[in-house]
Amino acid sequence: MASQDIKGTKPYTLLAIPIIIWTLVPLLWTLALSGKSPAALASANENTLGNFWPKDWTWDNYALIFTGGASDLFLPALRNSVVVCLSATVIGVILAMFCAYAIARLNFPGKRVILTTALTVSFFPVIAMVTPLFDLWTKIGLFDTIPGLIIPYLALTLPLSIWVLSAFFQAIPWEMEQAAQVDGATTWQAFRKVIVPLAAPGVFTTAIISFFIAWNDFVFAISLTSDKARTVPAALAFFTGASQFEQPTGGIMAAAVVVTIPVVILVLIFQRRIVAGLTSGAVKG
Amino acid sequence: MAEITLKNLVKKYGDGFPAVNDISLDIADGEFMILVGPSGCGKSTLLRMIVGLEDITSGDMLIDGKRVNELAPRDRNLSMVFQNYALYPHLSVFENIAFPLRLAKGHHSEEEITSKVNAASDMLELNEHLERKPANLSGGQRQRVAMGRAIVRDADAFLFDEPLSNLDAKLRGQMRTEISRMQRRLGTTTVYVTHDQTEAMTLGDRVAVLKKGLLQQCASPRELYDQPVNLFVAGFIGSPPMNFLPAQVDGATLRLPFCDVEIGADLAAKVEGKDIVIVGIRPEHIKDASLDDGVQGAAFTAPVDVTEWLGNEQYAYIPFDADPAVRAKLDELDRDLDGEGMRTQIVVNLDARSRIREGDDESFVFDPALMHVFDPESGDCLTRDEAKAKAIAEESEADRRRGLERAKARESKNATT
Repeated sequence: MASQDIKGTKPYTLLAIPIIIWTLVPLLWTLALSGKSPAALASANENTLGNFWPKDWTWDNYALIFTGGASDLFLPALRNSVVVCLSATVIGVILAMFCAYAIARLNFPGKRVILTTALTVSFFPVIAMVTPLFDLWTKIGLFDTIPGLIIPYLALTLPLSIWVLSAFFQAIPWEMEQAAQVDGATTWQAFRKVIVPLAAPGVFTTAIISFFIAWNDFVFAISLTSDKARTVPAALAFFTGASQFEQPTGGIMAAAVVVTIPVVILVLIFQRRIVAGLTSGAVKG
Repeated sequence: MAEITLKNLVKKYGDGFPAVNDISLDIADGEFMILVGPSGCGKSTLLRMIVGLEDITSGDMLIDGKRVNELAPRDRNLSMVFQNYALYPHLSVFENIAFPLRLAKGHHSEEEITSKVNAASDMLELNEHLERKPANLSGGQRQRVAMGRAIVRDADAFLFDEPLSNLDAKLRGQMRTEISRMQRRLGTTTVYVTHDQTEAMTLGDRVAVLKKGLLQQCASPRELYDQPVNLFVAGFIGSPPMNFLPAQVDGATLRLPFCDVEIGADLAAKVEGKDIVIVGIRPEHIKDASLDDGVQGAAFTAPVDVTEWLGNEQYAYIPFDADPAVRAKLDELDRDLDGEGMRTQIVVNLDARSRIREGDDESFVFDPALMHVFDPESGDCLTRDEAKAKAIAEESEADRRRGLERAKARESKNATT
């Protein structure tokens, strides 16, 4: 059996290698560019591996965005990004948890409508919503504010969160909850002490997905903010070089690397929690 | 400690189908009551109505005389063991058992919880597993944890929903005696749902047989076996099942497929006017005539198709053609009992000494007094002896009380020493 398994996975491994290279090269390219001096950016002679990796690694670009000329733009943007994305994620996950639980456990009129609406909303092209939102936001004073970004992000992440979480809740056997109720728990206690711990992998998964969606968003960030609530993806577009004719490539790349780091850390921390199968052993098995 | 009274309980689902139809039962304090029936008979639904997980459409459900129809499960103070155990996988065995105690906030101190959980785990021999997670336990251990969670608090009654159906045969036998021992020791009212008639017979003080949401008979296992009220109960209780033979009525004679039997005047009066009746004979009541065990009565010769020798006993199968008039009734009964609608045959449970071999014509004998006669239309048993049934019921009730008192005496003796 075991040898057959190894045999069976070999084609997949072979298939995976080009895909990994394909997705990894742009990231490495970003990293390489962030370490190049302006001279290295302009000339292939300064680089090895066919203009890929700088011969002399420089931290100048990082210095530029944290302490140099671009720090006025970058640091507030980083703070805005963290605040907006964490708030959107926390609010979104809590709302989605209650909604998904109701959808998974209760039968109420309009259940299908909610699910299909959620799905339709997530199919709606984001760019089509931006202009009307911009008009509305400027009229009601939400333009260029933190809540002004959190609200659209919630709309963006909630449908997906609801779908993922309701699938998780549905996978938890009804009996778990009924057992808790017979043991003396109220509905709320059964939810909090049994269902939520069991759905934890699902909650983490949706939290991370929502965080990424908000963290990586560019369209809303650039259209609905000016200088007060601008997040990193939008701020990158406003980086300027030393002169009008010089692109701040190195600085942009350094900022891109910096904003990728929290994402990588999050995945590393939570990858172990995103394993399904925590419910094994609950029922007969 | 409580008595549970069900008065005309009805459960109708959205489509109007009555899953439980007008069931009334009195479950005495400390009694072990079994709800048994083939799949889809409403036994689990009834149990879930008792515990409060299923709404009651109409009727009254009383615990110690108090109506609890509208109470939530947590306010009924009953504990339940689920078919799939429903352990909390994120909690250790100790915390699983302690869960009901922790929910009753402020009622128990930490020491009390520890001592109660330890007492339960002692009883169920779970001591070395207390720190493990349910995922790492075997089926039997999980089952014991589920029971521990049920017995740890002083619930008024225990409810079991087919607790042994996920275990293998050997473990099932062990757990069965374990449950029986535990119930006697604790003397707690217990309602136990099963589809397995062996569990029903061995565990129950009384057994309620259900069919399609209707209560057929509620009596001690002995009474069910000896004095069934109808064809369904007779066919359901006993393994191998009772043989049903069509019999033509001819005055005071019943013409069975292989022989004629004279019947008494009482029975003759009851079957008068009927062309045909169904006769039920338990497999062990038919004997090998050649062994000469002193059984007198109706003798017949029939071809044996197949024999199965099991060491301590053997089964012989005699195929016969059922009268088309009762064939439909027998087929229907077979379907009700989750059967496969196979050929009609007589099963004979023979002594292991018998030299009967398959393929031969052999002679058998049975005592007509042990025969049950059923009305083919209604399925009612015409030979049921009410006086005898009452005597059996009183005897079993007396046995039960004695058993409980013995257990209580032993318990108080243990407590003092």
